[in-house]
Amino acid sequence: MIRFLFKGLIRDRNRSLLPFLVTTIGVMLTVVFHAWITGVINNSIEFSARFSSGHVKITTQAYADNAAQTPNDLAIMGADTLLEAVAAAFPEMDFASRIYFAGLIDVPDSTGETRAQGPAIGIAIDLLSGNNEEKERMNIPSSLRRGRLPATGKEALLSDEFAGKLGISPGETFTLVGTSMLGELTMYNFILSGTVEFGTTALDRGTLIADLSDVREALNMADAAGEVLGFFRSGVYSDGDASAVSERFNNKYFAEDDEFSPVMKTLSMQSNMGFLVEYSGKLQNILIAVFILAMSLILWNAGLLGGLRRYGEFGMRLAIGEEKGHVYKTMLLESLIIGFFASVTGLAVGMLIAFYLQEKGVDLGMMMKNASIMMPRVFRAQITPWTWVAGFIPGFLSTQIGTMLAGAGIYKRQTAQLFKELES
Amino acid sequence: MKKLITILLLICSLMTVSAQYPDGKQLLDRIDRNMSSENRIFTSSMIIYGRRTTHTVKMKTWTAGEKKSFTEYLFPAREQGTKMLKLEDQLWIFSPSTDRIIQIAGHMLRQSVMGSDLSYEDLMEDNRLQGQYDAMVTGTEVIDGNQCWVVELKAVVPEIAYQGMKLWVDQEKNIPLREEMYAKSGTLLKRTELSDVQRIGNRWYPRKILFRDMLRDGKGTEFLIEDIEFNVPIPEYIFSKASLKK
Repeated sequence: MIRFLFKGLIRDRNRSLLPFLVTTIGVMLTVVFHAWITGVINNSIEFSARFSSGHVKITTQAYADNAAQTPNDLAIMGADTLLEAVAAAFPEMDFASRIYFAGLIDVPDSTGETRAQGPAIGIAIDLLSGNNEEKERMNIPSSLRRGRLPATGKEALLSDEFAGKLGISPGETFTLVGTSMLGELTMYNFILSGTVEFGTTALDRGTLIADLSDVREALNMADAAGEVLGFFRSGVYSDGDASAVSERFNNKYFAEDDEFSPVMKTLSMQSNMGFLVEYSGKLQNILIAVFILAMSLILWNAGLLGGLRRYGEFGMRLAIGEEKGHVYKTMLLESLIIGFFASVTGLAVGMLIAFYLQEKGVDLGMMMKNASIMMPRVFRAQITPWTWVAGFIPGFLSTQIGTMLAGAGIYKRQTAQLFKELES
Repeated sequence: MKKLITILLLICSLMTVSAQYPDGKQLLDRIDRNMSSENRIFTSSMIIYGRRTTHTVKMKTWTAGEKKSFTEYLFPAREQGTKMLKLEDQLWIFSPSTDRIIQIAGHMLRQSVMGSDLSYEDLMEDNRLQGQYDAMVTGTEVIDGNQCWVVELKAVVPEIAYQGMKLWVDQEKNIPLREEMYAKSGTLLKRTELSDVQRIGNRWYPRKILFRDMLRDGKGTEFLIEDIEFNVPIPEYIFSKASLKK
């Protein structure tokens, strides 16, 4: 039966070509779109986690209330002790202290007078303890453009573009003018060991990266940290697991009446990340539903057109005694065959495009030239197991639903009228 | 007829009350004679009551006229040797740990000094009120048992830190005991309480000023004058960039 129908479809291309093309293009678009959106959202979440939010973040309550200002006067005191405690309590996670700060980079000339100045956003991480986790987490080794990574104290990195604007090269000294934890104006000399480029406009515009111990000294923040970030060792963010860790931590440390008690927030609880996490989870369902709806409408119309063209054929088949249900079934079987081959073809083409976008990515730096949020400049598609399903299942379903809707007309045909219709 | 008499009586009584208040300009002159000087050298401490901690900074300041000022930090050890030179609207800061002199100008001068409630302008300027503000005495109030004139000031020069001020001036000593500083929009920026007023030479001068920056959290900054000399000769080299590194 299937063989018979298949031959019919091959020999009569008018019957199969349009639904095949429509379904192929639809499946291809769905696969590419799904992989792209998944990639963009996950790129953004992971990028934000690595550079800013962690999978969980510990700050003081007062700091969390003003987090956008990175108020280091409200930083965690006794951060090293807290770090040890959380590392022991949550072995499934890695924790790291960081200080985010703002300051002015002042480059001297040969007489010590200001040669160039520019505002910088500073990130203090563990660069010198011998533990490479933070360096790797922020992709610092692979982002190095000139010079080398800091090897001793008082060495720091600047973003390549920023260093270029300031006219400073590796080996030269610059001064950080900032504000200490107590609000004092502070000045601290660094030697530029190298320059980095992250491919992110917000970071490449003017970033200083230095070792935590140096920045603690510079900003008068002994044993303090603005933020302690936690990352799942699996490397994958799970909102459920993060919420459980956060609840356990807050039950133990959070004190409502003490604004300087530590509080842990999950990635989804920070700076609108919740929307992305939630949206990411619902994305597949939304995409599949939209695809099925749109494709069904198109295929319904295609089916109606085909039905009109095959009006005589169906009439003849009914007139010679074929059951209406059998005609309807053969139509559905035909569409199943078309759906299968179109889905396979669409999936193959879509996957090739998605794979290309996953490997090469698309540089959207120009679109985010003035963006103040931390987003990667190069976005990549991401093929997940769901990407296969996202194209294949709706590819089948839409052809079936389209045919079901279009084929319903068969049951309206009156047998008594068939011969009159055939005669005319 | 009755109405006319009532209006005349009201006008007369208002004129009588107004005549009891001193002229604003004269009052500013009397305040300036106490608070301002040709030059001065003083040692002071700032006790900064932060949201979380309290810390103290001690410094010595040389001021000549309204445009030149030099300050050296004496305490804490971390800040010792840090020097600031202000000439007109430019400020240079020398940090001994970096051996660098950094220039600060413009709106940065209105930033907090060492996390206190004082700006660089508050700390390093000795501007006379007369010539910068129009003043009008609007009433009387008692502050800590001292009878005070309530004076409202409006700036007559554009480039000034506070466009409006309200002073509570001790009627006997001609010293403000309370000040409120306003932005052009009318926003209250700072409030000060001046106390421990002592006779120094031929003038009255407050030894203790509590500054409150109304735009930030914190419990204020106590500015304590430990030692002050007025109108003593100050060598001109003090107000040069070369003296920053000495």
